Amino acid sequence: MTVLFYVAATVAVFATAMTISRLNAIHALLYFIVSLFAVAMIFFLLGAPFIAALEVIVYAGAIMVLFVFVVMLLNLGREAEEQERHWLQPGAWLGPVALAAVLLLELGYVLAQGSGAPATAGAVSPREVGRVLLGPYLLGVELASMLLLAGLVGAYHLGRRDKDAAR
Amino acid sequence: MTGIQLEQVLVLAAVLFVLGMKGLLVRRNVLFMLISIEIMLNAAGLAFVAAGARWGQADGQVFFLFILTMAAAEVSVGLALVLQLHQQFKTLDADAAAELRD
Repeated sequence: MTVLFYVAATVAVFATAMTISRLNAIHALLYFIVSLFAVAMIFFLLGAPFIAALEVIVYAGAIMVLFVFVVMLLNLGREAEEQERHWLQPGAWLGPVALAAVLLLELGYVLAQGSGAPATAGAVSPREVGRVLLGPYLLGVELASMLLLAGLVGAYHLGRRDKDAAR
Repeated sequence: MTGIQLEQVLVLAAVLFVLGMKGLLVRRNVLFMLISIEIMLNAAGLAFVAAGARWGQADGQVFFLFILTMAAAEVSVGLALVLQLHQQFKTLDADAAAELRD
């Protein structure tokens, strides 16, 4: 288990270091998604399978897709095609694919063991998380919903295209 | 939590946080600064979950959910600001928006 943690931690640190040093935004996002996968693996090893799933679905899924959308929006132009051709070179995606392959091997190893990490004594089931979330932390959930509403309104207001509107 | 020490996870969270902070300080591209903030938030969440797993409580995971919510709201507003910046200055350089200073 400790070896698995070390492998995932190494992948996470390396992918994060690559993220903050890339010049191309899409390359950086690819490495960051791999880093999020590695952190999700660590969550799984820590006995938090619910959080591991959320990390992949919400963080690597929704939030990163938002980033990719904006990058694509900003790159409208003739040089975008040239960039696209440049991005498809093997050097661009070999690094993330290799790191993701390490995580895939690790996942396969955990599943082949039969006794996954969530079976350990320290595992916290999603049922318990839900009970605590909607129990003592109910006020926090309400505040989070207000925060999300504020974020939605703010993003809509800031993202408007019309320039003559009063700001 | 078999075999993994709490200190190891906390050190990993600290390393990830420092990497994110380095990215935030070094990069001048607004998009990369946003990504660096995401890295820092993720590292903080990792520390929360590790501490929750240490004591076998669900509170750490609950706080990770709150961090996730906050990150989603922050990214939506931040990316809208990035779009506005690109629209007005035709660049993603954070120093281009420094005219408030003058």
